[in-house]
Amino acid sequence: MTRTTAGAPPALRPWHRSAAEVAATAAGIVGTDSLTSANLGRYLHGLPGVDKVGADARAGMLSTRSIKTSAKAWALDAIISMIDLTTLEGADTPGKVRSLVAKARTPDPSDPGCPRPAAVCVYNDLVPVALEAVAGTGIHVAAVSTAFPSGRASRAVRLADTADAVSAGAHEIDMVIDRGAFLAGDYARVFEDIVAVREVCRSRPEPAHLKVILETGELVTYDNVRRASWLAMLAGADFIKTSTGKVNPAATLPVTVLMLEAVRDFAALTGVSVGVKPAGGIRGSKQAVHYLVAVNEVAGETWLDPELFRFGASSLLNDVLAQRRKLTTGAYTGPDYITID
Amino acid sequence: MVFEYAPAPESRSVVSFDSSYGLFIDGEFTDGAGTTMKTINPATEEVLSEVSVAGEEDVDRAVAAARKAFEKVWSRTPGSERAKYLYRIARILAERSREFAVAETLNNGKPIRESRDVDVPLASAYFFYYAGWADKLDHAGFGPAPRPHGVVGQVIPWNFPLLMLSWKIAPALATGNTVVIKPAETTPLTALLFADVLRQAGLPPGVVNILTGAGPTGAALVAHRGVDKIAFTGSTAVGKGIARAIAGTRKVATLELGGKAANIVFDDAPIDQTVEGIVNGIFFNQGQVCCAGSRLLVQENIHDELVERLKVRLGTLRVGDPMDKNTDVGAINSAAQLQRITDLVQAGEDEGAIRWSLDCGIPTNGFWFRPTLFTGVSQSHRIAQEEIFGPVLSVITFRTPAEAVAKANNTPYGLSAGIWTEKGSRILWMADQLRAGVVWANTFNKFDPTSPFGGYKESGYGREGGRHGLGPYLVEGTTR
Repeated sequence: MTRTTAGAPPALRPWHRSAAEVAATAAGIVGTDSLTSANLGRYLHGLPGVDKVGADARAGMLSTRSIKTSAKAWALDAIISMIDLTTLEGADTPGKVRSLVAKARTPDPSDPGCPRPAAVCVYNDLVPVALEAVAGTGIHVAAVSTAFPSGRASRAVRLADTADAVSAGAHEIDMVIDRGAFLAGDYARVFEDIVAVREVCRSRPEPAHLKVILETGELVTYDNVRRASWLAMLAGADFIKTSTGKVNPAATLPVTVLMLEAVRDFAALTGVSVGVKPAGGIRGSKQAVHYLVAVNEVAGETWLDPELFRFGASSLLNDVLAQRRKLTTGAYTGPDYITID
Repeated sequence: MVFEYAPAPESRSVVSFDSSYGLFIDGEFTDGAGTTMKTINPATEEVLSEVSVAGEEDVDRAVAAARKAFEKVWSRTPGSERAKYLYRIARILAERSREFAVAETLNNGKPIRESRDVDVPLASAYFFYYAGWADKLDHAGFGPAPRPHGVVGQVIPWNFPLLMLSWKIAPALATGNTVVIKPAETTPLTALLFADVLRQAGLPPGVVNILTGAGPTGAALVAHRGVDKIAFTGSTAVGKGIARAIAGTRKVATLELGGKAANIVFDDAPIDQTVEGIVNGIFFNQGQVCCAGSRLLVQENIHDELVERLKVRLGTLRVGDPMDKNTDVGAINSAAQLQRITDLVQAGEDEGAIRWSLDCGIPTNGFWFRPTLFTGVSQSHRIAQEEIFGPVLSVITFRTPAEAVAKANNTPYGLSAGIWTEKGSRILWMADQLRAGVVWANTFNKFDPTSPFGGYKESGYGREGGRHGLGPYLVEGTTR
């Protein structure tokens, strides 16, 4: 698989920006040093509106692209390399996490050439188990922190939760925003939460990479999705992520398209490329391919990279593996030919 | 390119054209008395078939067949029975949608994505819609028992061959008229395949007759004494000729002619959807749409940003083989049309507008024009006044709503317009001021059988679609 790593030079990668740089960028964009809810609100509500009918139509058109043969082969491998293989159940055990990592290490035992997912995504307390299991593979460990999935806890508790995962060595932190504060118009609180979590991520020499979960299903309107995306980017998010997977609707193509538009516009304005991660409900290869089409045609091919686009999914990998085998053998194999851990 | 979409061509095996077609008169294909002409695939210039050129005596035969069918059968068929035929036609079109989509793309050059997702489903929907009206005409607001005119002569254009056929035939049959229709010279094939749908539906012979040919055939049909009503969609020049030809006769006509629509963008518009709407407004069907949003009126303070976003978006348009499911922009319908576009674009450059064309490869055979936009255009430029009927957008600026209205209305045409703003009150105010038959708000080029369509000024008269579309096919009933 060939992939361009050209694009923004490493210095511009958001996770290398200092807190001061983030604050300066945000102040410059909003046009004030005092990032109060009122000032942030004025800026966010001044963003161009989103027409729902048009946004849905655009996503509909992107999902009529017909991806076949060589393009499909490329897309399937790209999807695998962008997956954050996830288990987020109350019943998760160390054994379950080790199985998940084993699956990530060897997605298809019959094909050593099969790419590996980008990361495994687990609850905080299982980070040490996952880290031990991924050792030497290059697979990242992502932890859902900050009182996932509701985020309904004091800031101190959420920061402590994050610190747990960061000090355990998690490479990536998936935080949830306080949707209640956002919907109440308390933008400064959401902004400060993200900045504070980001500081915890930066509390060690190799900072943890911060993904901010907007939980778009609870934000409901597309205007809110756009505003929340910008708020998270202003606060220094490395990634913006649609959902926890615990709320319906989770990721949808129109919402992902909106977020891709936001990161594209943010990059044009600041030179900083923020990643996008749709999560929850993406189960089929065809569906995932249409997300890649959206990345390609909305944000551009720079984003066709695990550094800037991820899928949060648990069952997607096996469907992609089945499709991948079908491309090589010409026939569908049964489910028993794909491992289930 | 990292993610290059492999070709995904639709199979053409679902459609087979005869090597030659006669004229469909009185339920049968018969030889024409005149010459023949070849019809080609504009994307490859490959000859698809040969069709007859109907002469005056063929028109005579077709009109006589339609008259006989009207008097003996169709005018005596109750509305509820006529509805059954229309429903049947609608269903058969839907069942054979893939075949018709492929045929339309082969003969017209439009992308299969559009013929598959727009033309054929809409054509079927128009038949479904008018089927519902057939037994309710007494309650449609045209008097207690409105009557059909009799024989209707219909002439349709090449940009939406099957869809325009459905716009014409569905209301005519629903109201009890019989039809002689002439498809465009360059795109007769889906109309000829439609003859087979009529037979499959068991429509009585003579109720619909299909004559192929060029301008003279259309002129003979319009001039024929046995025709009671004319319905025409096409260029303003030909429409004016038709109006002259029938002046002083008892014939009535609806004319759906050219346009030079203003697509008006305010600075508070939903910007990403606006860009999509502009693209759909002018590059849909290669811009060969009478209601295309060919004049982009942009509020001056967002001009640069919008044009920049538009160029980025155009960079993702895929131009090429219309049969590829991933193609967004296909071939221009004919060499003559390509020449007209080329000439007008040259005029735009000569008059000082700034041209930007998409940098993309195009096939060597066939008729192709790269999506193009002009900035620095003013009302006095030819490209702002004349209908180009191609993938060419002229960008004009304005500062106030009143100026936008004045510029939008400053055209001989008045078919459609678009308004992009988040402000609902402004949409209503603008829609009231714009002299255009259709005004779209935060969308463009959307069609629906229930919605009337037609123009002001040189864009013609009469309405098609919706309840309004029944009126031109009926003589108002009066209480006895």
